[in-house]
Amino acid sequence: MAVSTDVSKAQSRFQRITKQLLRNRRAVVGGIILLVIITMAIFAPYAATHDPVKQNIRNQLKPPSREHIFGTDQFGRDIFSRVVYGARLSLRVGFLSISFALVVGGLLGLVSGYFGGWMDMIIMRLIDILLALPGFLLALAIVAALGPGLENVVMAIGVSYVPSFARMMRSSVLATRELDYVGAAQALGASDSRIIFLHILPNSISPIIVLTTLSMAGAILSAAGLSFLGLGAQPPTPEWGSMIATARPFIRVSHWSVTIPGLAIFITVMCLNLVGDGLRDALDPRLKNLS
Amino acid sequence: MRDITNIIAPGTFLVMKVIVQSSLRDSMGLNDPFYVQYFRWLRNAVRGDLGKSLRSKKLVTTEILDRLPATTERAIAAVTFAVIVGVPVGILSATKPNSWFDNIAMVLAPTGVGMPVFWQGIMLILVFSVHLGWLPSSGRMGGFEYLILPAITLGTASTASIARLTRSAMLEVLQQDYSRTARSKGLPRRTVTFRHALRNALIPVVTMIGLQFGGLMSGAVLTETIFAWPGIGRMIVDAINNKDFPLVQGAIMTFALMYALVNLIIDVTYALLDPRLRLVYE
Repeated sequence: MAVSTDVSKAQSRFQRITKQLLRNRRAVVGGIILLVIITMAIFAPYAATHDPVKQNIRNQLKPPSREHIFGTDQFGRDIFSRVVYGARLSLRVGFLSISFALVVGGLLGLVSGYFGGWMDMIIMRLIDILLALPGFLLALAIVAALGPGLENVVMAIGVSYVPSFARMMRSSVLATRELDYVGAAQALGASDSRIIFLHILPNSISPIIVLTTLSMAGAILSAAGLSFLGLGAQPPTPEWGSMIATARPFIRVSHWSVTIPGLAIFITVMCLNLVGDGLRDALDPRLKNLS
Repeated sequence: MRDITNIIAPGTFLVMKVIVQSSLRDSMGLNDPFYVQYFRWLRNAVRGDLGKSLRSKKLVTTEILDRLPATTERAIAAVTFAVIVGVPVGILSATKPNSWFDNIAMVLAPTGVGMPVFWQGIMLILVFSVHLGWLPSSGRMGGFEYLILPAITLGTASTASIARLTRSAMLEVLQQDYSRTARSKGLPRRTVTFRHALRNALIPVVTMIGLQFGGLMSGAVLTETIFAWPGIGRMIVDAINNKDFPLVQGAIMTFALMYALVNLIIDVTYALLDPRLRLVYE
């Protein structure tokens, strides 16, 4: 039947975006490496060859070998296993902090953009206050007040990303709000929450998806930075940033204990950026200047 | 929130400790509600009094002014490096899109943005100080050679962003009608690129430099320790570790002020670059 073939040929928006994304070679490579990292993080107990925190004083600062493929650190711990467990922490911190920013910032932006008026005024001034400091410094200030620790780092980075999500959501909503189908829904007597969550949100989500991926990269970098300064994960937790900080004094003897955790951060962040850039190009070419 | 008095009066005898703590709390005004404390701090801050460092007992303003030159010097060096390298790379890439130069540059650019700045600093020290022995690994003895590695570390991410933005802005401007007109009336390629295209392409780039300044301050916090650079960034980290809250507050506020100031300067620069905007301001 003619009708059914037409339907099967027609591509959904999702299919079109996936196809576009798959055509982007950089995004595909980034995505594959990212999947490997995520899988390693999930199955860390199986992927790791040694206990990440078990010390072995007789095995200090050994160069890469068959037994320890990335060598050992100043306490004789296996660097490969620590990097694998570190992926768990970094991805979790990135995911949790950005989820927080997404929910809080997204809701603030939705409310602010949809209702406008005094509510918009108040929310946006609050966001302006947060924007007075560059993101990392804001996170640093919050951690300084709350005290060191990974939970506080998640909180601090989450808050520092709220402004960008709120602003992005707001501008997206402002553009969608004026469209005819929103007016139609209002004329039909739909409630505000129904209009916001069923009509506006799904249609203004694409820039948010891109921002989420790119912010995740930034959050992982910031978390590693804070841990490097000794404000995040505390030893002996295998966290990439703190691994670099604790191994730094031994760099002349064993550069791999610094090089490898750094490469891990670098590769993860790069892949997230590549996927984010690919998503942006696939979802909406007009967003090219987003970052 | 943590109790500062616990840190200042870590007494062994509980009774003594409680007495000392409560008198400290009184004298520091910590028994007042937080908004009273906040407005007291604000009132003093606008008068230029940021309090005293809990550790060194020196004025916070003195501590900050002592370290401001080092941080500023390095930030200026980093921006200069980023502009000197980033803008020409962007121009070259845009005038010959998809050439080998363009391809290499555009593969390297995201690398520069994704690299953890503190790790990059350590790697540069490893290569140029430890292995090659060309440059000093740390300190600020006044010589230019002490500034090179810190400035490159701090400037790399900005270089990459500036190169990418210059490229896309130049590509856009070169396609505009006035660029085509200039070319078709027989002007040399160089004149079109620099006289017609570059001036228009630089406007978003200048904005970008302002935004990069935020990254430079975060980078200062992360890398001044590595290079033993006596600036505000290292002071903040030390102050946080010493729980020296007045110093942390003062230093972060200084950074916020600098951030605002740089962006104000950038806004004014627009008028110099773009005569159309001068009309708007008048």
